[in-house]
Amino acid sequence: MTSSEVFLFIAAFMACAVEAVEATTVVVALGVTRGWRSAMRGSAAGIAVLAVLVAALGPAIASIPLGPLRLVVGALLLIFGLGWLRKAMLRAAGYKALRDEEVAFAKQRAAAEVAGAAPRGRFGGDPYAFTLAFKAVVLEGLEVAFIVVTFGANAHDIPLAALAALAAIAVVVALAAKVRGPLARVPENTIKYVVGILLTSFGTFWGAEGAGARWPGSDASLLGIIPAVAVLSLGFVGALGRYRVAGATTRESAPVRGAL
Amino acid sequence: MGAVARALAAFGRFWWDFVVGDDVTIAIGVVCGLGTVAVLHAAKVPAWWILPIIWAVALAWSLGRAARRG
Repeated sequence: MTSSEVFLFIAAFMACAVEAVEATTVVVALGVTRGWRSAMRGSAAGIAVLAVLVAALGPAIASIPLGPLRLVVGALLLIFGLGWLRKAMLRAAGYKALRDEEVAFAKQRAAAEVAGAAPRGRFGGDPYAFTLAFKAVVLEGLEVAFIVVTFGANAHDIPLAALAALAAIAVVVALAAKVRGPLARVPENTIKYVVGILLTSFGTFWGAEGAGARWPGSDASLLGIIPAVAVLSLGFVGALGRYRVAGATTRESAPVRGAL
Repeated sequence: MGAVARALAAFGRFWWDFVVGDDVTIAIGVVCGLGTVAVLHAAKVPAWWILPIIWAVALAWSLGRAARRG
């Protein structure tokens, strides 16, 4: 396995794992409150839609010539990766709440209980549980399908990216089946940070190559880009943290309006 | 607005949110960065270094705005 293939597998696996954890939280909350049958059927339908998307888009994207493909895919991966990284940095610096699966689970469970008994659907299931499970799986999985297709097409290895995604789903589902509750111990926020760094690094490399640039050392330059992106992002987090502390100190020392 | 126009608008909004997300600054930075790489490459100037600099500036700008908002 080459270093590119290893990075491809890690990025697809981790991206899929965090999205699978979020979707699983919704599905488990629905299963516990409304019954497992419809929640599982909705999830299976969502996974089928995502599989069809990957199967249809993968070969179509892979047939585009490498230059334009790297430009478009690099741009999209870079926009995606910087978006993930931006959110992760704001979370790490305390500007955005960390995602908490226990809180998300409690909210989803309360909403499912308030929804009350839904009329039985045509197939004897619970349309509320089916629809919500389907929606959660499709929406959380869409980003993963996008990452699998773009990463896989660029590395000429969609099967490896799809295998990584399936492995992640299998691990998360096995954990959820064991816990039967929110997967609160998965270090979701840290994984999202790492995925943001990997997507940004690959997007930078492929985007610049697609626009005509040649990186010194070719593929080996990724071994420099990835740590450089990580160090830069940690620097931003440090600066954000100092700005936040300085802001809090200023607010504390400022005279309160209306006080003597 | 007709049903078809509403559906198209919702479809467009979904993809805009999906790709661009919370802040358009980053997307603008990436597009400007790639454009600059292409221009420098056409002028036979090594261009690999400019893309990370431009997106880093866009990211810093976007983070600064988010931090000021609190």
